Amino acid sequence: MIPDIFYVKRRTEEYPGTFTLHIKKKDDQPQTSFQPGQFNMLYAFGAGEVPISMSGAPHSTSVYIHTIRTVGLTTQALERLREGDQLGVRGPFGRGWPVEKTTGKTIVIIAGGLGLAPLRPLIYHLLSKNRDATDIHIFYGAKSQPEMLYSDELKNWAQQLTLQTSVDMATPGWQGNVGAVTSLLTTAKIDPENTIAFICGPEVMMRFAIQELIKKNLPRTSIYLSMERNMKCATGHCGHCQWGPTFICKDGPVFCYEEIHDWFHRTEV
Amino acid sequence: MKTIAALLHEHPFFAGMKDEYIQLIAGCAVNHIFNQGEYIAKESDAADYFYLIRNGRVSIETSQPNYGAVILQTLQDGDICGWSWLFPPHCWTFDAKAQTKVHTIKLDGRCLRGKCADDTQLGFDLMQRFARIMTERLQATRLQLLNIYGRPENNKDQEI
Ligand SMILES: Cc1cc2nc3c(=O)[nH]c(=O)nc-3n(C[C@H](O)[C@H](O)[C@H](O)COP(=O)(O)OP(=O)(O)OC[C@H]3O[C@@H](n4cnc5c(N)ncnc54)[C@H](O)[C@@H]3O)c2cc1C
Ligand code: FES
Repeated sequence: MIPDIFYVKRRTEEYPGTFTLHIKKKDDQPQTSFQPGQFNMLYAFGAGEVPISMSGAPHSTSVYIHTIRTVGLTTQALERLREGDQLGVRGPFGRGWPVEKTTGKTIVIIAGGLGLAPLRPLIYHLLSKNRDATDIHIFYGAKSQPEMLYSDELKNWAQQLTLQTSVDMATPGWQGNVGAVTSLLTTAKIDPENTIAFICGPEVMMRFAIQELIKKNLPRTSIYLSMERNMKCATGHCGHCQWGPTFICKDGPVFCYEEIHDWFHRTEV
Repeated sequence: MKTIAALLHEHPFFAGMKDEYIQLIAGCAVNHIFNQGEYIAKESDAADYFYLIRNGRVSIETSQPNYGAVILQTLQDGDICGWSWLFPPHCWTFDAKAQTKVHTIKLDGRCLRGKCADDTQLGFDLMQRFARIMTERLQATRLQLLNIYGRPENNKDQEI
């Protein structure tokens, strides 16, 4: 699959080392729509290609939005892109969040750090359904307040749904919760019969979050999480992203915990 | 208005406790409201009480020279504040401050220590509940210390 040529329409800095690109097809043609939780392969010319989650609104096909943290060569090259610069894009790929299963359910979204990016399209989707604010609970943890993504949007969401945030480190002036985001879950009231949970963040955080949900008797079938592994083809052919008996690019990145719990806790997989 | 025993029954900390024990504990408990900014406990003061948070947010703080108060953790609805009353020297190890108006049930540790000594079954039940909370807090603190959201190269700097 050959990448399409896109250009950077807008670039914003979230905080040092993390930025958001709004990208558009070179010929301004409409782009393929996507499912919340899917990802694109972004190709920085001369550097490499990396999987990056969709983090914009799924119903908008005029731009793709990606929030990226610089960790190595390719993400550094993407960080250097400025408005008008070009990049290659393949996608959307993968299996996203099961939005069809949210009808009539209370939704618990647990995001850690950059993990809010792949969950944002799901939040947009839920907000577009005019659901009751008490039906959607977001728990978002970050290292500190300056390292929270989408700070303006968080303020808006707090008016529209139940949002609880927590930081690991309180910076001066921070008036909110301090502590691991999973601590917010220990006292949260969750109806195990009628709740569906979506989790994305560092794996260790997801493991602790799952433990808390299981303690509250939420069935494994009601827990979904998004996984990350290095990728090459993104189409299920090269085996690069194999994880247990699955390929993350094709069978994931979103998995139901029931399907993966056998190997999720095994570090050697 | 609900009785203290009913409020204790509703609080997650006492979930599933025998009614007989709830009644005993209720004898050592009163409702107490802290206003925003008020100290609930001060480091090294006698820890004669502990608190069940019904609603509001409490920060657990310590002070550092040149930095002032550093918030280590916050507690909220359904949490429990304080276990120093359980162990000698019965002194608070950190400051606890009401970040918002906080509705609590204030429990008298001395009264409870006496009841636990008289009825070791009650003491064991309470100890189990506190041990669970301590384990949860320890796990959460470990997670907090891991710097899980940090960038990979920053985490390497922290390797011991
Ligand atoms: C399905 C999927 C969705 C993703 N979505 C996003 C996203 O929305 N935003 C985003 O910023 N990233 C996302 N990632 C992660 C991103 O793909 C990697 O950060 C990227 O591939 C790193 O490439 P690089 O060439 O810059 O660094 P590399 O040279 O590959 O790696 C440099 C260093 O970073 C470490 N590293 C690599 N990947 C990760 C990682 N995922 N987490 C922590 N450390 C890592 C490596 O071990 C190495 O030490 C996603 C990954 C997957 C599989
Ligand atoms: S990246 Fe090739 S199989 Fe998944």
